[in-house]
Amino acid sequence: MKKWFEPLSTAWVGVATHKLRSFLTMLGIVIGVAAVIALMSIGRGAEADIISRIETLGSDLIIVRPGATTFGGVRSAAGSATSLTLEDAAAISEQVPYITAVAPYYSTLLQLVAGNQNMNAQVTGITLEYMQAYNLNTTSGSFFSDYDYQRSAKVAVLGSNVAETLFEGADPIGQQMRMGNNIVRVIGVLESKGAMMGSPDDAILIPLTAMQQMVAQPRTSQGERVVSSIALTVSDQEQASYVVDEITSLLRSRHQLGPGIDDDFSIISLEEIASAMSEMIGTMTLLLGAIAAISLLVGGIGVMNIMLVSVLERTREIGIRKALGARERDIWIQFLIEAAFLTLAGGIIGVIVGWGVSYLVSSMGLITTVVSADIVILAVSVSVGIGLFFGFYPAWNASRLNPIDALRAE
Amino acid sequence: MIRLQDITKVYPMGKRELTVLNGVNLYIERGELVAIMGPSGSGKTTILNLIGCLDKPTSGSYYLEDREVSRLSSGELAKVRGQKIGFVFQSFNLLPRLSALANVELGMRYCGGSDRHRATEALAKVGLFDRAHHRPTELSSGEQQRVAIARALVKNPPLILADEPTGNLDSRSGEEIISILTTLHSEQGITLVMVTHDTNIAHHCQRIIHLKDGQVVAEERV
Repeated sequence: MKKWFEPLSTAWVGVATHKLRSFLTMLGIVIGVAAVIALMSIGRGAEADIISRIETLGSDLIIVRPGATTFGGVRSAAGSATSLTLEDAAAISEQVPYITAVAPYYSTLLQLVAGNQNMNAQVTGITLEYMQAYNLNTTSGSFFSDYDYQRSAKVAVLGSNVAETLFEGADPIGQQMRMGNNIVRVIGVLESKGAMMGSPDDAILIPLTAMQQMVAQPRTSQGERVVSSIALTVSDQEQASYVVDEITSLLRSRHQLGPGIDDDFSIISLEEIASAMSEMIGTMTLLLGAIAAISLLVGGIGVMNIMLVSVLERTREIGIRKALGARERDIWIQFLIEAAFLTLAGGIIGVIVGWGVSYLVSSMGLITTVVSADIVILAVSVSVGIGLFFGFYPAWNASRLNPIDALRAE
Repeated sequence: MIRLQDITKVYPMGKRELTVLNGVNLYIERGELVAIMGPSGSGKTTILNLIGCLDKPTSGSYYLEDREVSRLSSGELAKVRGQKIGFVFQSFNLLPRLSALANVELGMRYCGGSDRHRATEALAKVGLFDRAHHRPTELSSGEQQRVAIARALVKNPPLILADEPTGNLDSRSGEEIISILTTLHSEQGITLVMVTHDTNIAHHCQRIIHLKDGQVVAEERV
């Protein structure tokens, strides 16, 4: 206990003697650590945010789209490729195992008139499975029933944003609007899922049967009815890749694609999108963290600079201590502890500041930041490590001083 | 207690060499009070540094309490300094940021650890009990040298070395210091070697060793 207390109290005296200098030295470490903590927590928060948003749609969702593979959520304009059909969806539903819901849908732009609003909007004709596949619920009103679907009822369920835009706060349930040449009655509003690309908040859903009566759904040369996409869910996440393989071979044979010809459809699972996104954000976070870490390195060089000055300034003190029986190791440890002490204090203050910044970012509602224990521990131990690393040379210098020369120093 | 045999010390001075000590033979008994005198450049501080294990001779042997110490490593020398030797310097060499008491405690730091009680006792012995919490800058130079003596004394070393202990003091506080040192010697039987060029002070000692040009030229019993 005493063995450790004495060098520690000596280090404290050394630090406290030059308060401003110690503070400035620490500042480099404080800024570095705070930047690392803040950036990493913001990055991790963003990552968690996006993943949780994607997962509210259901991580077991798989989407089959016409056209060749395009990466990550970039939509080709509806109708640009016409390779998927209602019959494909039926075949998938009948022949591929581990599937719980198959929801083919067809979207197109239609003119909407409601109250004094007049706009062109993407309207999606869906089957009853759509709600299940996208994990949707209504907050008010209800979804259309099997009976509505069978009789091609002109009813619509709106995303929360759309309902707000069209009816400006008035209760949309039971309201009528004109869609193309038809009058459609609003019967439900969807629960909000938060803003993101392709959010159901912007959806206008009507029965696919009603859609078929309003617009002429295109047909392929075989006479099959074209759909925009087919959404489906798997019962067992483990089997997702098997399901994707099965669908691929089924569709290839249905579309009569010979070997060597590219797929005329693409299959993406939400799980894949989520992991691609989180990987991307993770890389960004790491990059930002690395830049912040460079400032930590610069802070470390500052510590070394100050320690060298401090050794020079205290040459006589070192001589006195040596005359009193201090071994090289004692002097070495003294200066090393002093350097580590500076950077540890800087690291702890840095953690508090970084935490504060990320709390501020959270409380401003930008991103829910996540300060994780591993980053805090890493940042503090790295800052102590920096003290030990950059304190090593000055401390070694001090310990090697010849006591006679040191005592003679002014 | 101290036996120096054919000690030489040569410092490299650029391309030439400077011989500071040239075959010094010296024997000091346990409990002696010895003064080393000589003109400046005669090597008296060098000899004190060698005796104090702060430096190693170029050739020759040094026995401290019958142990050859001239060939020890710097770490072992530090240990010898810590356990056996107390230093009193001309310029006091107190740490300015520490209180008198903390400076005295520092004397024990590298040989068994601090003991506040013993440090206070040592301060009381030099008559500074009531100044324990003053910093060196708040003390007169005579008081500062007394703190330095307390620091040398606190670990109960068999040997105290003083390099011009009164050199920076006025004559009144210089006499005070000498009386403290001689009292310590007579009451506690500490071996005391001091370098001085003040003949009055040298005559408080039992033996005076005269150095000139790196050699012992005369010894006188007082």
